[in-house]
Amino acid sequence: MNLKRLTLEDYIINIATYVIYTFFAFVCVYPFYYIFINSFSANDLSERGKVLLYPIGFHLHNYAQVLKINGLLSAFKISILRTVIGTMLTVVVAAFLGYMFTRESLWKRKFWYRYAVATMYFNAGIIPWFITMKNLHLTNNFWGYIFPVAVQPFYIVLCKTFVESVPKELEEAAVIDGAGTLKIFFSIIVPVIKPIIATVAIFASVAQWNSFQDTLLLVTDPKLYTLQFTLYQYINQASSLKALVNNSTSAAAMAASLAHASTATSIRMTVSVIVVLPIICVYPFFQRYFTKGIMIGAVKG
Amino acid sequence: MKFLKTARQKNSLKDFLMVLPFLLLIAVFSYYPLYGWVYAFFDYKPPFPLSWDKFVGFKWFVSMVENPVKVKKLMQVLTNTFAMSGLSLLFSWFPMIFAVFLNEIHCVPFKKFVQTVTTLPNFISWVLVYSIAFSVFNSTGAVNSVLMNMGIIDEPIMFLQSSSHVWFKQWVWLTWKNAGWAAIMYIAAITGIDDSLMEAAMIDGASRMQRIWHITIPSILPTYFVLVMLSLANFLSNGMEQYFVFANSFNKAKIEVLDLYVYNLAMGSGGYSLSTAISILKTFVSIILLCVTNWVSKKIRGESLL
Repeated sequence: MNLKRLTLEDYIINIATYVIYTFFAFVCVYPFYYIFINSFSANDLSERGKVLLYPIGFHLHNYAQVLKINGLLSAFKISILRTVIGTMLTVVVAAFLGYMFTRESLWKRKFWYRYAVATMYFNAGIIPWFITMKNLHLTNNFWGYIFPVAVQPFYIVLCKTFVESVPKELEEAAVIDGAGTLKIFFSIIVPVIKPIIATVAIFASVAQWNSFQDTLLLVTDPKLYTLQFTLYQYINQASSLKALVNNSTSAAAMAASLAHASTATSIRMTVSVIVVLPIICVYPFFQRYFTKGIMIGAVKG
Repeated sequence: MKFLKTARQKNSLKDFLMVLPFLLLIAVFSYYPLYGWVYAFFDYKPPFPLSWDKFVGFKWFVSMVENPVKVKKLMQVLTNTFAMSGLSLLFSWFPMIFAVFLNEIHCVPFKKFVQTVTTLPNFISWVLVYSIAFSVFNSTGAVNSVLMNMGIIDEPIMFLQSSSHVWFKQWVWLTWKNAGWAAIMYIAAITGIDDSLMEAAMIDGASRMQRIWHITIPSILPTYFVLVMLSLANFLSNGMEQYFVFANSFNKAKIEVLDLYVYNLAMGSGGYSLSTAISILKTFVSIILLCVTNWVSKKIRGESLL
């Protein structure tokens, strides 16, 4: 479309943007690449920071070793469970309330909507929250990960805004056909608002998978530790874990190769890769959904 | 007519009963904890239930301005909070400029690629950010390894275990994690700019920088304004996770923001009542900030933020 000859200014801007954005992309990609290649490179080399561009001395012992650490599998299970159950509940609640708050027939609709949205702007604080959770017996309880985040005003606002853009005629036709509230919601509204449901599902599942603070505050039972919390512990205790893992392997195997013996660095990087991999794998698929969500969110604050 | 009215009432009650369980969840998890604010007016020690002889009135609030040790500590914490939020505010134009010049790249695959990879860090947890930062920046990590190979330094630089430039480093982690994500909003706003404006400017012979300066940036300034207002309203709330995971004995004094201080007070040193008192003050200040920014927004833009 640009028929004009490029000026000097154009050249400078073109070159500068390519150089600068290549740098930004590198800064964002390389750290992931770095821990990834190190997780299956010779451990004596990665321990000294020698593996920089490509894997050296490829081996998979780190992954085998890390799985031997007590609690990692259980943490993985807890993280998956809370992500799946928590996301489903959050999404259904957000879509349902988002729809119900658009229904004129709901008793005191405006008041209840404000009552829900107001909770975005205050926070009782850590101690009152903790005591509430303790009174409800949600400390050291799996449901402590799920119930407190089930009703999220921000997601409700997203869904409500989207439902409002759906033509009212659709719903009215169903009412004339004699469909009840739930029937209208599941067979008319849900199919139409799928894009925003996808957006909310992404936000909610990433939040569940990444959640760290609730484990820190509520859970002391190692059976309920999540992957994020376990990773945090590994980072801080990697050196003692190293001893543990290496002791459990036979002395002969250890002597066989320094390159395969676990080090603090190898354990830390391998666990990090395990924690980040699920996000990187699903990321390309959900990327197209979040622009819409973030735009609606921006309008409604 | 009367029948219709009752039928409508019945419907409205049915609707209400369907949302009631969720309204109760909100009451339990968001409103009921407010009752816990009473702990700020007692000398609360956890195993014992509250009793009136432990009632201390405003003692904890007064101690924040009278007890010299607490005043000093609180001033340090507030300085940290203001420094971190202030740095973010000072560089809040960065995602906007990032989006503006990203839009100047005409090679679509490259543009998409940059957008994709710079958004990715937003989706990983602070624990992972810390783990990755530790891997890359520790004494044997990639950065020190490269710098030493090139002969720029002889001794590894302690990036994380250090008490210098703590605020700046925390700003760097925050920007690494959030800038690409924050830029999405501006990218969407730029896509909304009317093409005919650009074409008219080109016919008038405006150079590329002139088009950016006179068309693109003014078009997305309202978005920028809204986001700055919102970040002003959240000035005291930095969250604690980032600072919690990056904290160590070297940077302890400089990294403790208000949210982390409230946590440390409560979980570390058992200052339950003082911690609650600070939470209360923080909530009130945040609500006031929100009202003020909202009012300013109404005055200037004629539109409220909320």
